[in-house]
Amino acid sequence: MNLGLACIGVIGVALLVALPATLDLYELLQITLYAILGILALSLAFIWGYGGILCFGHSAFFGLGAYAYAVAVINLGESTLPLLIAIALPAALAAGLGYFMFYARISDVYVGVITLTVALILYNCINSTAGPEYHIGEALLGGFNGIPNIPSLNIPFRPDAQLEPEAMFVLSMGLLLLTYFGLTALLATRFGRVLVAIRENEQRVEFLGYDARLHKLVAFAIGGGLAGLAGCLFAAWGNYVSPTAFSVVQSAQIIIWLMVGGAGTLIGPVIGCFAISWLTLKIGTQQFVNANVVLGAILLVFVLLVPKGIVPLLSERLGSWLLSHRRLTQLPRNAATQESKA
Amino acid sequence: MSAPLIETRALSMHFGGVQAVRAVDFALAEGELRCLIGPNGAGKSTFFKLLTGQIKPTGGQVLFRGTDITGLEPHQIARLGIGIKTQVPSVFNGLTARENLWIAAARHHRGKAATAAVAEQIERLSLGKFADKVVSQLAHGQRQWAELGIVLCGAPHVILLDEPAAGMTEDETVRTAELIREINRTHPLIVVEHDMAFIRMIARRITVFDRGKILADGDVEQVFKDQAVRDVYLGREAAA
Repeated sequence: MNLGLACIGVIGVALLVALPATLDLYELLQITLYAILGILALSLAFIWGYGGILCFGHSAFFGLGAYAYAVAVINLGESTLPLLIAIALPAALAAGLGYFMFYARISDVYVGVITLTVALILYNCINSTAGPEYHIGEALLGGFNGIPNIPSLNIPFRPDAQLEPEAMFVLSMGLLLLTYFGLTALLATRFGRVLVAIRENEQRVEFLGYDARLHKLVAFAIGGGLAGLAGCLFAAWGNYVSPTAFSVVQSAQIIIWLMVGGAGTLIGPVIGCFAISWLTLKIGTQQFVNANVVLGAILLVFVLLVPKGIVPLLSERLGSWLLSHRRLTQLPRNAATQESKA
Repeated sequence: MSAPLIETRALSMHFGGVQAVRAVDFALAEGELRCLIGPNGAGKSTFFKLLTGQIKPTGGQVLFRGTDITGLEPHQIARLGIGIKTQVPSVFNGLTARENLWIAAARHHRGKAATAAVAEQIERLSLGKFADKVVSQLAHGQRQWAELGIVLCGAPHVILLDEPAAGMTEDETVRTAELIREINRTHPLIVVEHDMAFIRMIARRITVFDRGKILADGDVEQVFKDQAVRDVYLGREAAA
């Protein structure tokens, strides 16, 4: 496990250093986007894959982060505070929603329905704000046209020093790595382990004296904040945001990344996100098949044939293959420990 | 005599028109091992859920060492030191037995102290052989024992067990009875049970429920001789 983490760290840092020097600008911009969406994938992987909270409307937090950044940065002209607002506001929305959902002890399915509904409400509200009368300070909301000309991120407190694409790539990739290792560390703490236990059996956790509602609320707020961060980076990356950030398609896409990559892991969703995003882009360049048809087919195949996702499948296969080799040389007791970890 | 460990006063629960528990007065002393028996639908399980806060009573009170705990959330009741084992094993299926116990121990202990507490219970309940297996892959009896381990790692002051021997083989049942007597050296227990042979193995004092009320209460042999108890429970079971 620690070996795997070290590998991911080394590969991540290597990409961080090597890619800006080797890729052309267009490719670098694409990879930056994938890194940003990777953070979004991790935010849902944390609350759904580990917390067991079925969030069907995760785009609500992503979109809110993007819009919060856009509105704040247009008004303030400097990106430091807007970045923090873009994390805090979705986290607060998630905490508020979580309070009503978890303290009312509604069942998982209704959590899914409520989060989906919230995303739809936000989408429709923002979508109908076309017209000069809808503005927050100097920022026109723009309805279905979205908000163009959003300033890029700048070096903290230096509005004149906006990040170039290379720097934006380093920041996004760095934040993706930070999110990955941050969540890995969090999941190793008592809080993280109790969260996984809640996913396994909420009643038992309560019988042991832990407040499951509070744990879920905190986890949901963390997930909301991370999705907001991804939204902020997305808006700053493209200098543009539209209501599609809130759309059901956006929410569904995150779920597909998780299902393909493996929802019970952290690396799986990132891999799923990169692979699907790349595939969507490739399909988009030709006219033969529609991208949504292909995505739908992929989802079907995975749900039916690889329900756990790629990464758990590979690690199981790899694990049992390694085991069959090690068993010959090691004591059975060690093999059993390996098995439980794989 | 000091306040009972657990006491109920006129505890009642009705679901619509059904009176599941009717004004039950019950008391458990420190150190005691009490069995609750009764035919299906007698209100044992409802009574159990009322004690643990899984459902809120429609009337009456539950007291723990003299403090009113009626209407508290399950985790608050658990924090007072009431450990619960449910009828269907309530465990963390995707985790190993050791990890299951750790979650319980981590509530009170940090770092190495938690690991030590886990190791102590694994030793006490002889879970060593399957401690590092994922609980969902264990046999039914082993899962029940793993759950006992979880409950003990939570360092409770009193333990409530709902049908601990349900679905066990004869050997497993005997082993569970041994474990329960062993646990009773350090912990007071309330055991809800159906299996009369099992009751005879562990019980000293038993309380018989029938139609939401306490029908009889007392020493095992004395209660088994009681004609009313034989009629509602033993007689019916013998006839079945």
